[in-house]
Amino acid sequence: MTVTTRAPSRSAPASGPGAGPGAGLGAGLDAAELEGLRTVPARHPWRWAAGLAALVLLVQFLHGLATNPGWDWATFRLYFTADTILQAIGRTLELTGYGTVLGFALGAVVAAMRLSRSAILQTLAWAYVWVFRSIPLIVQLVFWFNLSYLYKRFGFGIPFGPTFGEFETVGVLGALGAAVLGLGLHQAAFAAEIIRGGVVSVEAGQREAAAALGIPRWRQAWRIVLPQAMRGILPAAANEVISLLKGTSVVYVMAIGELFYQAQVIYGRTGRVVPLLMVATVWYVVLTTVLSIGQYYVERYFARGARRTPPPTPLQRLRAFARTRTSTSGGTP
Amino acid sequence: MTTLTEAAPMVQVRGLHKSFGRLEVLRGVDLDVPAGSVTVVLGPSGSGKSTLLRAINHLEKLDRGYVAIDGELIGYRRSGDRLYELKEREVLRQRTGIGFVFQNFNLFPHLTVLENLVEAPIAALGRPRAAARAAAEALLERVGLADKATAYPRQLSGGQQQRVAIARALALEPKVLLFDEPTSALDPELVGEVLDVIKDLARSGTTMIVVTHEIGFAREVADTVVFMDGGAVVEQGPPAEVLDRPRHERTRAFLAKVL
Repeated sequence: MTVTTRAPSRSAPASGPGAGPGAGLGAGLDAAELEGLRTVPARHPWRWAAGLAALVLLVQFLHGLATNPGWDWATFRLYFTADTILQAIGRTLELTGYGTVLGFALGAVVAAMRLSRSAILQTLAWAYVWVFRSIPLIVQLVFWFNLSYLYKRFGFGIPFGPTFGEFETVGVLGALGAAVLGLGLHQAAFAAEIIRGGVVSVEAGQREAAAALGIPRWRQAWRIVLPQAMRGILPAAANEVISLLKGTSVVYVMAIGELFYQAQVIYGRTGRVVPLLMVATVWYVVLTTVLSIGQYYVERYFARGARRTPPPTPLQRLRAFARTRTSTSGGTP
Repeated sequence: MTTLTEAAPMVQVRGLHKSFGRLEVLRGVDLDVPAGSVTVVLGPSGSGKSTLLRAINHLEKLDRGYVAIDGELIGYRRSGDRLYELKEREVLRQRTGIGFVFQNFNLFPHLTVLENLVEAPIAALGRPRAAARAAAEALLERVGLADKATAYPRQLSGGQQQRVAIARALALEPKVLLFDEPTSALDPELVGEVLDVIKDLARSGTTMIVVTHEIGFAREVADTVVFMDGGAVVEQGPPAEVLDRPRHERTRAFLAKVL
């Protein structure tokens, strides 16, 4: 029952094209004779036409970008790698990093609570998600920023009992702390639902098989369920990280020097709004690109075993494309 | 409870009752499986065969009744005149003595064949990795898949996957093996290779309970054939009796349909 229709992966062109299947002529099938023929790949003219049309539109758009003086590319170049902008990018990345780590760590805890068998934990987790999904991020940020108005000091100790240490709220929770807290708590509510969604999508037989094998419950979750849940979690989680990266721009309300705030400061001073917005935009695109590439490879890792043959990397795909082009070019009518 | 002596059967099932909502799936099932014997459970779908197996393994919580394996009560601990329900951790430990082979294999698709085999011995029994690996390789050899150790389950045929699943169950060296329709999800031409592995296990004296529709297999391998219908055991006995001279009308009707 083994089917042997492997693509001709021979790299040496000297051996010629592989034996083309499908040319069978009933009883008189002569493999040796067919071997001698050249295999002509199928042509797709409309595919090319549609692709070309789309490319023309793209070139038109790029031409506009380059020739319209309003874009003021000179100013763009001046500020694109300016120190203040680079520092602001560092701040943006810092906020994204902390927000992601805090958000997903807390989100995992909330998801685990929601999936637990304790009715109290389930309800608390549900309530957490309910509250933090309800409050707009910007409202939350301003709220955390003004926390010291509500609680002047906070301390560690036994609940309703003695306190061991106390801190000034203002001292501990500066603008950056408030921003990270707000972003993290907000993110955790969404992360919790994404993680839970991935976990419930794993086929029930998997956990059952793990239970039948006597694998401890923690290990069932960590080794069997989560790695499979990751396939469902990752695309949505990547969305969240990217939207957090851009979402950090709302902390400009707290006068934190991240990318968008810094761009505003500069165009407030120079009056060159569009080129500075482009500086911020291009940097956001660059950062998102890096994240997207990372996402691709992380997803690829978690897809192991999901298909009979693992999908090729873009690089492998490119090479394969180049190979087919060179091996079929010329000769065919 | 009866006292469980040395000569007690490997698997003892007493008065099993289970309902799903209003539907009564098991209505008082009793079963004894002697050590080293093969019991084949036959019956129409919906007769409670699979639920019985899952109850033995405590994958299904029971409404009433008890299961003991090798004299050990499953899911409960007796202390004086009380029965304490076991925590999940303890049930998981008990399950390492009960191998289970699923109809749909339920191999872990993100782990290689070898990783599927060593996972439970390492995580549940605390075996050293090297020893677990060596044992797993020997088991793969036994089911004829030594060359597939690094493959992922989806790269294998159904028959091969089920053989891996059997090896995975064996990796814990269970006292008893439960098969829940192990060939029902397979193409007809792949059934033989799986049955051959199970027959080989039967010859080597593994205690097994097999839920199946393969009458020929039952005739050849079973020491005892159990016919179930409507959540109860209708009749049981050696295959020559139950399959060739069934005493109950319902057994006759079922056999007439499947033979």
